[in-house]
Order: sequence, then C-alpha cells, then structure tokens
Amino acid sequence: MAELAAPLPTWRRMAANGRVLWGGGFLLFLALVALFAPLLAPHDPLEQDLMLQYVPPFWAEKAEPGFVFGADNLGRDILSRLIHGSRIALTVAIVAAFAAGLLGTVLGLLAGYLGGWVDAVISRLVDIWMAFPAVLLAIVLVAVLGTGLHSVIIAIAVIDWTRFCRVVRAETMAQKEQDYVASAVTIGLSRFRILVREVLPNVVPLLLVLLTLEMGIAVIVETILSYVGLSIASDIPTWGGMISAGRQYVHQAPWLLVLPIVCVVLTVLALNALGDGLKDTLDPVMRK
Amino acid sequence: MSLGFLLRRLLLAIPTLVGVAVIVFVLLRIVPGDPIAMLIGPGATPADIQKLRELYGLDRGLLDQFVLYVGDLIQGDFGVSISLRQDVMELVLGRLPITLELCLAAIVIAILIGGTLAVAGVYWRGRWPEAGVDGVSGFILAIPDFLWALLFILFVVIFAFSGLPISGRLSHEIRFDALTNFYLLESLVRLRFDVFGSVLLHMLLPALSLALPLSAIIARVLKSSLNEAMTQDYVLLARVKGFSRIRIVAREALRNALVPTVTLTGVQFTFLVGGTVLVEKIFSYPGIGNMAIDAVINRDLPLIQGLVLTFAVLFIAVNLLVDMSYAVLNPRMRHG
Repeated sequence: MAELAAPLPTWRRMAANGRVLWGGGFLLFLALVALFAPLLAPHDPLEQDLMLQYVPPFWAEKAEPGFVFGADNLGRDILSRLIHGSRIALTVAIVAAFAAGLLGTVLGLLAGYLGGWVDAVISRLVDIWMAFPAVLLAIVLVAVLGTGLHSVIIAIAVIDWTRFCRVVRAETMAQKEQDYVASAVTIGLSRFRILVREVLPNVVPLLLVLLTLEMGIAVIVETILSYVGLSIASDIPTWGGMISAGRQYVHQAPWLLVLPIVCVVLTVLALNALGDGLKDTLDPVMRK
Repeated sequence: MSLGFLLRRLLLAIPTLVGVAVIVFVLLRIVPGDPIAMLIGPGATPADIQKLRELYGLDRGLLDQFVLYVGDLIQGDFGVSISLRQDVMELVLGRLPITLELCLAAIVIAILIGGTLAVAGVYWRGRWPEAGVDGVSGFILAIPDFLWALLFILFVVIFAFSGLPISGRLSHEIRFDALTNFYLLESLVRLRFDVFGSVLLHMLLPALSLALPLSAIIARVLKSSLNEAMTQDYVLLARVKGFSRIRIVAREALRNALVPTVTLTGVQFTFLVGGTVLVEKIFSYPGIGNMAIDAVINRDLPLIQGLVLTFAVLFIAVNLLVDMSYAVLNPRMRHG
C-alpha cells in the first residue's frame, strides 16, 4: 500500500519545480541586468558612429572587437541597446500587469460576490470589451493618449483588465459557496470585510499566476507598439523599436532583427514557464 | 437548431454592438486636436473651417452628434476617409475580402497542424512522441503571431529562400483583371491557376504566422478530449471488434471529441482575426489590418472608426457562428 507523504510547504514545492526555477531564474537575471544597465552596457546605447555601420556580431568574419553583437544602421552598439531595452520591457511588464490586475480584480470580486445587477453590468462590459480587436484598440488608445511610457501602460491596463475580471469573478462565485463565507456572514461581518479579508486571500494564488502570464502579454504589447512606432520616444532604446529597425534593414543585416527577437522570446517563454509552474504548485486542483 | 435559440443569440449581439459604437464614438471625440484641422491643409480660412465643421456636424452638442452618428451608421454611412479621400464603407468592403481569405487559409492550416499533433499525441500516448507534441505545442503557443511573422521573414532572408514571397499578395509579373477582391476564389472559378498559385504562395507565410498559436491551442484541447474519449465504452467495443488503433482514434474518438475543440477554435478565431492587424503590416499584405495601422498613423478618424466597427462586427459574427455550430454538433443543445 502506498504511503501518503506529508505535503511539502509551498516554497519547497516551488523550489523543486523546474519551470519555476528556470522562469524565475531568468527573470531575476533580467531584473539585475535592467537595474545595473548603465554599469553593464559596454557603450552608450545612443552613441552613433557611422564608421561602425552594420558591424556584424562576434561569430561573423568582419566583427569588431568591443562590439560583441555588432552595430546597427547608425553604428550604435547592439548589446548596449539590448541591455538598456530590458528596462522598458520590465517596467511595462510589471506596472501594466499590476494596473490591469488591480482593475480587473476589483471588478471581478464585486461582480462575483454581489451578483445581481452589478454582475450583469460588469459582465456586459466585459463582453463589449472582448468585441474589440485588442491590438487595434491598443494602437488607437496610444494614438489618442499620445505616445510615451504612461500611455503604453494605461493602454495595456485598459485593454487587459477583462482577463483578470473573468477569472476572478468565476473564482469569487465558487469561493462564495464555501462554508467559511457562510460562517463569516453568520457572525455578522460586513460584506466589504468578508470580500477583502476572507475571499481575497483565497483568490491570491490564482492572481499570482494571472499576473505572471499578463506580464508576458505586456512585454509583447509593448513590443508591438514600439514596432509600429507608437511606444516610447525614439531616443530610448526598446526591443520593439530595434525589431522595427531590424525589419527595415533585414536584407543588409539580419542580426539586427534576430537579437531583439531572441530577447523578447526568451522573456516571454520565461514568464510563461513561471506562470505555468506557479499554477502547478499553487493550484490545489492542478496539484496532484 | 431552433429558431428561438438563433433569434435569442442575435438579439444578445445588439447591446454589444451598441456598446462598441458608443465606445468608438467617445474614444474618437476625446482625441486631442481638432479633426477638421487635420482634414484640411494650411491656408484654409476660418470660414472654410466653419463650413466643414457644420458639414461633419461638429458644431452641434455632443448628444446631437451622437444621434447623427448612430443614424449614419444605421444607413451604412461611415463617412469619408481623410487620408484616402474615399468613402470609408467602400474602402473597407474593398479590402475585407483580402483579410477574410487570409483568415480562412490560416484556420485551415491551424486545424491541419493542430489536428495532426493531437492525433499523434494520443496515438503514441505515454511514449516520447507524446512528450514531443506537448513540448512543441507549449513552445508554439508562447510565441505570438507577429513574432512568428518576423521569424519567418528572417528565415527566408537568411536562407535566401527566394521562392517564398514575404510581401504583397500577387506577383508583379502576373496580370489579373479581377472583378472581385476574392482573388483565390475568383482565380479558381476563372481557371487562372497561375494567379491561384501566386496568391496561395504569397498567403503561405502570413497565414502560417496567424495559424501557429491557434494550432497549438487546438492540439492541446483536442488531445485532452481525445484522451477522455479513448476511455469510453464504445472505444473498448471497437477494440474488442479488432479495429486498428489509428482507426479507433481517427474514426471513433475524434468525432466525439470535436465539440469542445470547435467551441474553443471559434473563440480563438477572433484572436486570429485581430492578429491580422500586425501580420498584414509585416508582410505588406493589403488587407484591412494593414489599412488599420496606416489609418491610425495618419490619424484618419472616419477610417479608424469604420475599421474598428468592422472588426467588432466580425468578432461578434464569429461568436454567433460558434454558438450555432455548437448547437448543431451537440444534440443536447439543439432545443436549448
């Protein structure tokens, strides 16, 4: 007969999960790179030198020492631009995901717990929102708000709160049927207190997973907006901006396109791995 | 499928559409700057500007403007594009077939790839191909359509694959006086196989970029519902009768595993349609997605408005079709 092992504490399960380890590890690395970007970057990311135009990366024949990943169409160092680009990517990922999460969670909790007309109004709003093409809406919003970091973050939050709202609403409705909520009602706690102190903590594991996945989406949306030239001012290096330039000069210098794409893909893969790993370790249903 | 069910679904779409129209109206009225100033060049007199404001109804109150706007929408009047100086409705309807053909090609590719992966995963269950299928679909899913588009372009450039076009819709050497913008369909009907081949070839990479993320989702859902179907009694019966394993998976289990897959494919199809905005831009594909980005960059408000509404109608229509196909596939829903 199989023996039942005592359940491991949550952090031990996380530490033993391969996806959490590689996703979290890569993000920690990225966060350090972003934090110490000015120290790590070998060159000024904005310094132009037309003599260095299209210098290829180290594996090619005509590589220039000191320019590991080569230089772009204006002779700027690619590695330094990638390092500085991680700052915008991470800032947008963290701030936008939290903003979308906050908006969606509040509305989702209210809709799920209060039900009735509140739920009807919020659910209809979600339906209307889902009828917009997200990418087009993001582009239109930034065009309306004007370009800049703030606009990008606002656009992502305004568009993606529905992801949180739908899931949190469903989870709140499930939690509401639990005995602990009934007991809280019986001892006369206020609705606000039950929602914030009792229901919310039980939704947090789910929120963590959603936030991680949303960060991946935010990185992609920022890249898209930079790609169409609607993100941050052009004198700040971003991965999307580099991809956009890379597409233009793809025939002369394909590595201009390769390297920022690799950065975006790795970051998104790491965030997805972390999200899936957290789901495995935090979700009592998924966890075997 | 009962008529009542259909009517109910149609009626539910109306408030959603009205909501979309309201949001588009509000969004485009809070744009900083006078749209009229963008409409006419420098050198216009204040009298000219006033005349145009009256023409567009911009001199009236917001509520009057809204009534005017809704009235125009109901008559199918989306206004005149500022940058292209043509009727918005004509412009959008002219380009819409291009995007529709691209989306259809993409969904066919997605179903083929996703279905193959799922069947392979179930057929070799518990062995290395199954782990391979899971790994591949996880990887495909993590990368969005527009990054796939860029990766394909890189691939073509680096390996000098001159046979695969990465921009446009039809080779310049081919002359084709089309009657409609459904090139694929029209060339087939008119037996112009040179045009058909060229359009198909130009479509391949954009359609594949759009299809890949969806194919991974199809693979996942179909695989799990196939696995569930494989545990059912009728599968056991088929096994007892001595049918081959591939026949059991493809003929017996597949039919029963289709319902959840179709539902999810439909919902995800709207994301695919939304993806055309960037993928068309990247491949210089002349559909409404590409047009949308240009419209935003040119601040062409009437065109943006017409395109956003067109996309919204497409999304709602797809969801309606999904609900209907669900009712057809699942007998229990037919009279619901």
